Amino acid sequence: MSTGLGQSHRSQNPGQAVVSRLACAVVQPLLSRVVRRIAARHPSLFARLGPHQSTDFLIDPVELPFALHLRPDPHALVFRAVPRNTALRAGAVIRGRFLLLLELIDSEEDGDAAFFSRDLEVSGDTEAVVRLRNALDDVDGSIAEETAAIFGRPGQAILARLRHSYPPGLKGHPAP
Amino acid sequence: MSLAELICPAGTPAALRTAVDAGADAVYCGFQDATNARNFPGLNFTPDELSEAVAYAHARGAKVLLALNTYPPAGKVDLWRQAADTGVRLGVDAFIVADMGVADYIARAHPGIRLHLSVQAAASSPEAIRYYCQNFGVKRVVLPRILTIPEIREIRKEIPCEIETFIFGNHGLMVEGRCSLTNYLTGQSTNMDGVCSPASDVEYTRHEDGSMSSRLSGFTIDCFGPDEKAGYPTICKGRYTAPHRPEGYYAFEEPVSLNLSRLLPELIDAGVHAFKIEGRQRSKSYVRGVVSAFRQAVDDIRAGRAANIADLVALTEGQKQTQGAFETKKWR
Repeated sequence: MSTGLGQSHRSQNPGQAVVSRLACAVVQPLLSRVVRRIAARHPSLFARLGPHQSTDFLIDPVELPFALHLRPDPHALVFRAVPRNTALRAGAVIRGRFLLLLELIDSEEDGDAAFFSRDLEVSGDTEAVVRLRNALDDVDGSIAEETAAIFGRPGQAILARLRHSYPPGLKGHPAP
Repeated sequence: MSLAELICPAGTPAALRTAVDAGADAVYCGFQDATNARNFPGLNFTPDELSEAVAYAHARGAKVLLALNTYPPAGKVDLWRQAADTGVRLGVDAFIVADMGVADYIARAHPGIRLHLSVQAAASSPEAIRYYCQNFGVKRVVLPRILTIPEIREIRKEIPCEIETFIFGNHGLMVEGRCSLTNYLTGQSTNMDGVCSPASDVEYTRHEDGSMSSRLSGFTIDCFGPDEKAGYPTICKGRYTAPHRPEGYYAFEEPVSLNLSRLLPELIDAGVHAFKIEGRQRSKSYVRGVVSAFRQAVDDIRAGRAANIADLVALTEGQKQTQGAFETKKWR
């Protein structure tokens, strides 16, 4: 089963598309560095992914100008920013506010609860999503903090500012 | 007063450590196969992981209960026997079993180990419970979620074992241990394969108007409006149209979670020995929040204080909670 991002309910105008491509270019080197470091520190999470190491996940932080393409293959890791109008045929799509997605990765929020409240949307291969969730949930510590630490004090300051930028109770709500 | 042990779920080693750190008296878990009723993709323990988990729990005074609570298909008992042998070797404190053959094997091959009777056995009468105690040495029964507290109090007087009741979590109680609804659509058995609504058969679709439908093996289970809270994609909690109910209705059960936090003192007074939190499929966040809340509540009650129960509704299915049959038989 595959799901095209083109099926997203959020389309882009030409101006947004330019911003999206620029943002992708800016963040891509950082994403590559982050995913290599996290994979090296937490090799055990790949076992829980089983056959879905080769699945293309599309992670869509609804308020950012781009989406994220993850293929968690330990031998050929892919984690890249893609424009929302990408032609990628994703096996599974996970959509929500950025901070919610970050806190789900860190188990600061519960995925089922976010699904019940409709703050989190999933489509495509549900088993792939469940495996990714369970693999990440077995990671001790905070992947967000580890990511921030890669970039030193500036990274940690950005993370702290991000967490404070969402009013209490709003982090999960879909973008208007 | 009963001991009111807190029995907590863990789907991964990290969740087990979280539960122990949050105050679990015991943690229940399962292997990565059909021997337990949460045989979900990417969930559960390898033998090596369970070995480390047992060491972690025991070092902190907590017990580990291994769920072997599914039913082996006829003639295919080796997987369950091997799981029991491995559990004994790794030092688990008890097995949670449902099948009489599994119980009999453990009772004969490992007579020193405790047996708890799973809710999947659906033993709800003193006669049924006594049968398991007398024939297999069962030390504790996990009661089905269909009994009122006065009924539990009466059963307690008539059985020679401890009682464990669910206090929080999934409330899918339709003929526990004998539900075959999933089989009809997916070909997989909740009771023998350990998975209800397998994720590989579940599909969610967001529609243009913001509504979302959930389907199992191509059959629509529910369609949630744009602002409506969602539930699990299980047939028993599906919403269906029928000639007499064209608007759609919950034919069996509703998406709602059990929460007995307000009934803890009455349950303790009725002689309930242990409280079970459902949710091996849930995250560390859920485990941390629910276990911490009930640890505080039970400690308050033990100390003679009014229990201060944290609000857990955000973690409930459909963001709705019920006291179910524990409060009244009027609950359908």
